Amino acid sequence: MQASMNVRHTDRSSLIIRIVSYVFIALLAVSCLLPFVLIVATSLTSEASILKNGFNLWPKEFSTYAYRIVFENPELIIGSYIVTLGITLVGTAVGLFLVAMTGYALQRPDFHFRNKISFFIYFTTLFSGGIVPFYLLITQYLHLKDNYLAVLLPGLLSPFLIIMMKSFTQSIPHAITESAKIDGAGDFTIFMRLILPMSTPALATIGLFIALGYWNEWYNSMLFLSPDMKYRPLQLFLYNVVTSADFIRNSAAASNVPLRDVPLESMKMATAVVATGPVILFYPFVQRYFIQGITVGAVKG
Amino acid sequence: MNRAFAEPSVPSALTKQNQFTFWRKLRNNRTLLMMCLPAVLFFILFSYLPMPGLYLAFINYNYTDGIFGSEFIGLDNFRFLVESGDLWRLTFNTVAYNLAFILLGNALQIFVAIMLNELRSKFFKKVSQTLMFLPHFISAVLIGLIAYNILSFDYGLLNSILKSMGMEPVKTYSNPGIWPYIIILTYLWQSTGYGSIVYFAAIMGLDSEIVEAAEIDGANGFQRIRYIILPWLKPTFIILLLFSLGGVLRGNFGLFYNLVGANNTMLYSTTDIIETFVFRSLMNNFNFSMGSAVSLYQSLFGFAFVLTANWLVKKFSPDNSLF
Repeated sequence: MQASMNVRHTDRSSLIIRIVSYVFIALLAVSCLLPFVLIVATSLTSEASILKNGFNLWPKEFSTYAYRIVFENPELIIGSYIVTLGITLVGTAVGLFLVAMTGYALQRPDFHFRNKISFFIYFTTLFSGGIVPFYLLITQYLHLKDNYLAVLLPGLLSPFLIIMMKSFTQSIPHAITESAKIDGAGDFTIFMRLILPMSTPALATIGLFIALGYWNEWYNSMLFLSPDMKYRPLQLFLYNVVTSADFIRNSAAASNVPLRDVPLESMKMATAVVATGPVILFYPFVQRYFIQGITVGAVKG
Repeated sequence: MNRAFAEPSVPSALTKQNQFTFWRKLRNNRTLLMMCLPAVLFFILFSYLPMPGLYLAFINYNYTDGIFGSEFIGLDNFRFLVESGDLWRLTFNTVAYNLAFILLGNALQIFVAIMLNELRSKFFKKVSQTLMFLPHFISAVLIGLIAYNILSFDYGLLNSILKSMGMEPVKTYSNPGIWPYIIILTYLWQSTGYGSIVYFAAIMGLDSEIVEAAEIDGANGFQRIRYIILPWLKPTFIILLLFSLGGVLRGNFGLFYNLVGANNTMLYSTTDIIETFVFRSLMNNFNFSMGSAVSLYQSLFGFAFVLTANWLVKKFSPDNSLF
């Protein structure tokens, strides 16, 4: 066996393909990493050097000045972190529970209304009222403008995740549900005590999808939270820093930096690093769950 | 199954019996129904309630009179969109970008999946995959910032390189012609690694004995890919293609908005898509009716597209059709 594994793919064209593969994948992987290096390098470059030489992959004049100003008045960034963390934690916990409960119920073969309700949920991906009526609903009828709930609520459920949970739980034999019923357990008890503990990989995957959605959320924040709000979700905060120089000028003024010395460009990048860094550090540990998730979601649709 | 079979043949005299069984079903399934209730309420509130709001497309909405007090103008909003050329530009841009995303994206994903499969070093495979997925996990805001980092006229990396080679810097943000390339490249950069997992998983499912048998018969590396792996991936490709066709009128708002910037009118000819137009009509122009008209157009045609795509799925692979 060992020997046959080694003689596989040893003709000349296979060798060429293998070399091309290593080179191509290496180039692609590096090109995925470089933009991040660029951001970090720029945040560590002195403003004078940026104005003279532009952005570079390696700081020509090293400086931590931008970070010092960012961390001198960390209140707004910390506030943004807390807001985003709060929304992410609550949204993921509640959303995950609802997705799991709905997904399980909808795949139960003995549930008479499952097809009707499934279509009712699925139809929302086919046809929608669009963003304008949605905007009016949130602002005029639910009165959620400048309320974190406007970001939290719409992200709780998505038809895609419910369908994904449905196909995950389909792999749990129905006989387990049936035998629990004979033992006198109700449907909700079965879900809580049997199904939830058995679907931890599914829950991890779907939970990560929801959590990442909330962490990178920016569209609803942009629509419903005005820039006058003191603590905005992280991505909206970053967007405001990048597109308007006000925040940078304000925090520089608070640190007694004269206006002409404000490191505008490097502070944008430093803020981006501070806002994104933790996710990137966290990400290699959760990556395999995403692979699981997308594979299952793709196979069953 | 049996139930569906039996129902049509039930005589009308038994309707009362039927009603009785309906209530019994309702009662027997009450816990499962309750478990679905939050989701049903959620979709009623956030998805179904806004639908009648599409009525906005047929009125001249003004804030003081509200939706039902504003003047009804029929199809005038649509007439204006057609006559101004906006509708054509939005449709063309949205569809053309999506087709490019779908075709180039899938081609590159298949290519990457095949290359990944050829790698022998486990460590190299793990590290490169981790790096290739990275762009998928960051926010659209950061993507916009990265693009600015590379493309900005004064400080961008691109112009730093051009200048160091003694060439003229390019004014990216006022040149509509190069944006299709930038947007498509950014999309490919962001989605290729992540999207390739599906194809990679499919290749993993290929029986290695088939490959070995082909090699014993004298197939070389190119032939192995050309005659075994590619045909093996064809069903996956067709399914993904048909599913994505359903969304061909839906744009990637975050990508476009953050790459191009909020109000860069110079680039609209090549970068304006349905989503960015609707967003602008909502947040900048407060022209709610025009935005709704475009949304309604998008929803109706999108719906027609999904039905067509589903019809195609049914034809090519009946097991995977949506309904």
